[in-house]
Amino acid sequence: MAKTYQAGVKEYRDTYWEPDYTPKDSDLLAVFKITPQPGVPREEAAAAVAAESSTGTWTTVWTDLLTDLDYYKGRAYAIEDVPGDDECYYAFIAYPMGLFEEGSVVNVMTSIVGNVFGFKAVRALRLEDIRFPLWFVTTNPGPPHGIQVERDLLDKYGRPLLGCTIKPKLGLSAKNYGRACYEGLRGGLDFTKDDENVNSQFFMRWRDRFLFVQEACEKAEAETGERKGHYLNVTAPTAEEMYKRAEFAKEIGARIIMSDYLTLGWAAHTSLSKWCRDNGILLHVHRAMHGVIDRNPHHGINFRVLTKILRLMGGDHLHSGTVVGKLEGDREATLGWIDQMRDKYVKEDRSRGIFFDQDWGQMPGVLPVASGGIHVWHMPALVSIFGDDSCLQFGGGTLGHPWGNAAGAAANRVAVEACVQARNEGRELEKEGKDILTSAAKHSPELKMAMETWKEIKFEFDTVDKLDVAHK
Amino acid sequence: MSEVQDYASRLSDPKSRKMGTFSYLPAMDGDQIRKQIQYIVDQGWNPAIEHTEPQYSASHYWYMWKLPMFGETDVDRILEEVELCKKSNPGNHVRLVGYDNYKQSQGANMVIYKAPLEGDVLKEMEAAAAVHAYELVHK
Repeated sequence: MAKTYQAGVKEYRDTYWEPDYTPKDSDLLAVFKITPQPGVPREEAAAAVAAESSTGTWTTVWTDLLTDLDYYKGRAYAIEDVPGDDECYYAFIAYPMGLFEEGSVVNVMTSIVGNVFGFKAVRALRLEDIRFPLWFVTTNPGPPHGIQVERDLLDKYGRPLLGCTIKPKLGLSAKNYGRACYEGLRGGLDFTKDDENVNSQFFMRWRDRFLFVQEACEKAEAETGERKGHYLNVTAPTAEEMYKRAEFAKEIGARIIMSDYLTLGWAAHTSLSKWCRDNGILLHVHRAMHGVIDRNPHHGINFRVLTKILRLMGGDHLHSGTVVGKLEGDREATLGWIDQMRDKYVKEDRSRGIFFDQDWGQMPGVLPVASGGIHVWHMPALVSIFGDDSCLQFGGGTLGHPWGNAAGAAANRVAVEACVQARNEGRELEKEGKDILTSAAKHSPELKMAMETWKEIKFEFDTVDKLDVAHK
Repeated sequence: MSEVQDYASRLSDPKSRKMGTFSYLPAMDGDQIRKQIQYIVDQGWNPAIEHTEPQYSASHYWYMWKLPMFGETDVDRILEEVELCKKSNPGNHVRLVGYDNYKQSQGANMVIYKAPLEGDVLKEMEAAAAVHAYELVHK
């Protein structure tokens, strides 16, 4: 029977709170951590979030009756306590497939973390996780190559890859910058890297950098007989300029380029990723600005969601945090989003902050990149935490070696190989790390020197964004 | 500050060439090689042996020694094949591969025998380096 139109403000929960609803396989599921304004009941705030991130607005409108709202509305279907925090709670919301444009992360995120985040009835709001239904996964391009293809292209197997960000970040001339790359690559690194904010400044225009760095890669390849790459950052003020730089990188034979996916913008990034697959160039992805979005435990978007959308939009590498280095990162939470980068199917696991089963179908995996404040002494833990399918990046931990970049690179290469060899022999890396490194250093003066240089450095600040299970 | 040490790697010196995982470590002894083979077997991977003339080692494709040893879990049998491969291809590098058919990749790949670089092979590699050096400047 047709409904009648009654103008006025209704409670959101009358329409958008459905505790008996069973989510469909085709639904997109989201879990928010809601901190409501005082006096707003849980169900009402949850329903309000469901409404404002889907079909609803603050008042009833007559045009609601021209459509089948049940077919399009988001539904809050469950509420849970947040362990250790009585101020807030989790609300689970199911969105029907018809709400979203296929293959558009941009569209999904505009809905789900759109206007609702400024909504007055909630004091703070955090998107903790999304379950992307398989139909949506398969309509996205995904990584241009993925881990397996990257290994084949570079002919590197059975160990983590090694990289190094060139420092100082800014201010080197193109030729001096290329020198720093060459030294690291000839010493045994697989990659060197532009920093996120190295674009095309006055002191080093992009074209000069690309040419010098490419010569550095080619000479190091000829010298070592191994394949090398430098992440040429093509992040630019406009998409046209981004393409221009990418085309030039291809023309000179670069194996890999780079994007800052959050500041570049998701549409531009996705276009670049598709270009990379079409042109056979690997894509390294940096997450600059993520801390603005993901660090506050009560507001914003958890990094595991930013990880999932990057895998959908495409990228072959993504910075994941190191767990052990200078930057923020809880161990279990990091393992949780590393799984989302690499695995075919990730099961719900609250101990790692994973709220939903996630089926990735046939989509290739993204290589997690551990970068920031790490050095040879961290190597056993890094190999143990990240495993072979990872890229470990030592910036200061390469360039800060007393004998220079080549020696710093060799120290890291010897250390990673010694750890892999020991692990394969059945030894426990995190327990026996010191022994393993010490005996490897007998054959490598570069490693011995590195171990003497960095012995005392530790970063022991507690993380701000911890998993909720850890609070009490 | 301690004495700075030079990093002795030269384009002109073929002995500076590396070949993937474990090529920055000292050559493995028999016992260490056994343990790596055991690791491949324990992962459920298929062991395989490849070899090449040293001057062509940078190629993606080395020569397969027979076929990958599908389902072989006996470390001694695998070592026997390594010896046969070495004997039949004197002067070749030999590497051990562990094929991971779930990941469609190689879970392990390591050179377990490095042929000495000498004579005509060495001369050929030196000549190739000179061509590389020329191309770097004149392309």
